[in-house]
Amino acid sequence: MLHLVLFLVFALGCVAGAVNLLAQRHPIDSALSLVVVMGSLAGEYLLLGAEFVAAIQVIVYAGAIMVLFVFVIMLLNAGVEERTPGSRVALLLGVPGMLIGSALVVWLLLERSPTPAVAAGALPGPPQTIAWLLFHDYLLPFEVTSILVLIAIMGAVVLASPPATTKKES
Amino acid sequence: MNGSLAMVPQATDYLRVLPEIVLSIFGMAIMFADPLLKERPPRTLGTLALLGSLLALAATWVQAQYPGFAFWNMVRVDAFSVFFHFLIVAVTAVVILTSFEYMEVEGIRAGEYYGLILLGAVGMSLMSSAVELVLIFLALEISSIATYILAGFRRRAAISSEASLKYFLLGSFATAFFLYGVALMFGATGSTSIQVIGAALSSFEVPALAYAGIALMFVGLAFKVAAAPFHIWTPDVYEGAPAPVVGFMSTAPKAAVFAVLLRLMFEAHAPGRIGLIWVVAALSMTLGNLGALVQNNVKRLLAYSSIAHAGYLLVAFAAVPDSGIPAAMFYAASYAAMNVGAFAVVSHFSNAGERYVKIEDYSGLSSSSPLLAAILTVFLLSLIGIPITGGFIAKFYVFSAALQSNLVGLVILGVLNSAVAAYYYLRVIVVMYMREPRGEVPVSAVPAGMGAAMAVSLAATIYLGVLPGRVLDYAGRAVAEWLH
Amino acid sequence: MPQNYIPIFLFIAVVGFLIPVTLVAAKLVRPENPHRTKLMPYECGIDPVGSSRGRYTIRFYIVAILFVVFDVETIFLFPWAVKFKALGVFGLVEMLIFLTILIVGYIWIWKKGALDWV
Repeated sequence: MLHLVLFLVFALGCVAGAVNLLAQRHPIDSALSLVVVMGSLAGEYLLLGAEFVAAIQVIVYAGAIMVLFVFVIMLLNAGVEERTPGSRVALLLGVPGMLIGSALVVWLLLERSPTPAVAAGALPGPPQTIAWLLFHDYLLPFEVTSILVLIAIMGAVVLASPPATTKKES
Repeated sequence: MNGSLAMVPQATDYLRVLPEIVLSIFGMAIMFADPLLKERPPRTLGTLALLGSLLALAATWVQAQYPGFAFWNMVRVDAFSVFFHFLIVAVTAVVILTSFEYMEVEGIRAGEYYGLILLGAVGMSLMSSAVELVLIFLALEISSIATYILAGFRRRAAISSEASLKYFLLGSFATAFFLYGVALMFGATGSTSIQVIGAALSSFEVPALAYAGIALMFVGLAFKVAAAPFHIWTPDVYEGAPAPVVGFMSTAPKAAVFAVLLRLMFEAHAPGRIGLIWVVAALSMTLGNLGALVQNNVKRLLAYSSIAHAGYLLVAFAAVPDSGIPAAMFYAASYAAMNVGAFAVVSHFSNAGERYVKIEDYSGLSSSSPLLAAILTVFLLSLIGIPITGGFIAKFYVFSAALQSNLVGLVILGVLNSAVAAYYYLRVIVVMYMREPRGEVPVSAVPAGMGAAMAVSLAATIYLGVLPGRVLDYAGRAVAEWLH
Repeated sequence: MPQNYIPIFLFIAVVGFLIPVTLVAAKLVRPENPHRTKLMPYECGIDPVGSSRGRYTIRFYIVAILFVVFDVETIFLFPWAVKFKALGVFGLVEMLIFLTILIVGYIWIWKKGALDWV
């Protein structure tokens, strides 16, 4: 019962944040709504028993990634979003399209999936189990992640540093 | 589930990912050496990168001696994966050779460039041997992010930044589709291992969720190989990205994604495969060739041509595995040879700032540089699919595999498309041989590295066209070993 | 599992209740006396010049993205630290390989001067 109530509270917070994100016309307001979405998702993960993922959600997404978002918004100095005829058409077509799409996914999940292969709470949640998976079964993906992160570092520095520092032809 | 159940990976586990290890070490060595070298001669770093890719080629041979699973069923080394490893690493080496000249002409930061090419190749080669969707996703991200960045390396050309941004935005969107598909597949079968998924999906009742999972994964991967209707980004990105990089990203990452698609479609027993492939292959061939008809920029023309070729290759995916998979493998190899070669010529000819990329610029190339014109002609003829080139044999085997599987409609469409395609490739050849040369276009001498790259691609294109037997045999044996 | 987290959920509920209450209470209690000068940005007592909505330099972005990257790195240290004893020497070696690859990146950034502010 408590579980259900908490689920509904977080789910409502999540959906309300997401809708507000789209409805707000100033990028900073949208970014702040995204914080609500991230936080609520962390709550949902906790309810599923994924403690570690919930903690990461708060530290990385609601913390670090949001800082990045805000810096990008300030860098671009984006003003208030304008409503154009095109965006109105997108709104008119997008909202029903989105509803149909989500209805389809829900129907697939509820009706046409014979057995729920993975029950809630059956997945590894606490850091101890995650550690075993990460450093044993998924050892190679874990090491490969470091290469991915290395490329991300290079990309950020190469593309964001001003071209003036590039070596001119000699 | 075979493979070692030991607590700690064995030595053979590491040998089975040896090419990746070699490429990573050299990629990092280049990053490390770049700031330390005071003069920063791009040539030193380029040589180091070339050495790395050649050693990785040798490592592929070592890896081939130890077939089997590694790292608790994450990686499967078999003749199939070795084939794609060899292809990807060889393309990397040739592209590094073509980049020597470009680095100096354009004043590009060599350390980051070669580092990203090698580290990107790590992801691509890992994709061809990974049999676990989580690892495939990570490898796909490595290869994609490296190419997003490489597309934006002409820092002084706005068009290059535009290419990078467009590719990045749409590419991340596609990766998200792939990831969502993985999640749904995990929900449907309870595993991310292709083997286990295959066992689950070959049972009587396939959950509807698995269809959605396959469809979403297919959308993500089709984007990466520029198959219609997910091809919109291709012409803009190929036009803006540096020419050697286009030669790289139109071949190596595509071959890697095709390897993943082959594993996914055939080993995982993807439901609804033939219908899905039929539509996408037909659309890619038609839209690619029709789009190419109206192009004036050679890079855009080759972009549309690569969409069309992705379509021809996908035809093999609809065929039965025993003839379809070898045909697809051969096609990937021969397309890589001819396309890397074509882009080597385009990159050499384009000059500083990529000034000469229009078809008219090629007027009279046959009199100003007969050799260059002849080389480009061979690659274009191979792209059309004229006999004694690799392109002909590749198309022949793809279409005959499709005929064996009663895909008559798709084959007729493919042959019609090949006829249309001949028009725009021949247009370039006609301009080179029939028009008067335009005085203002300078044709410089081909430097050694570029010459070697052209020679290797030319030799590979002709070899695959004249003596395709060994490669086809190898591909056939790879499939026999893999599926039976 | 969520049973252990009931105090946290309660805490969140209290926060969600307390913030609106304080805001409304303050609104009721405080004197209301708006003035244009009060809304001006504070620049050491001088009248502000120009707009405060200026464009930020891209260096903030580079620092932020490097922060994200190394933040993700530390995330991987948590499960490793929890199971440190059980994973033993092998776990230590694997983590050292992971860290070495990232430290190569860090040294590269440093040498490239991406951390220099000017």
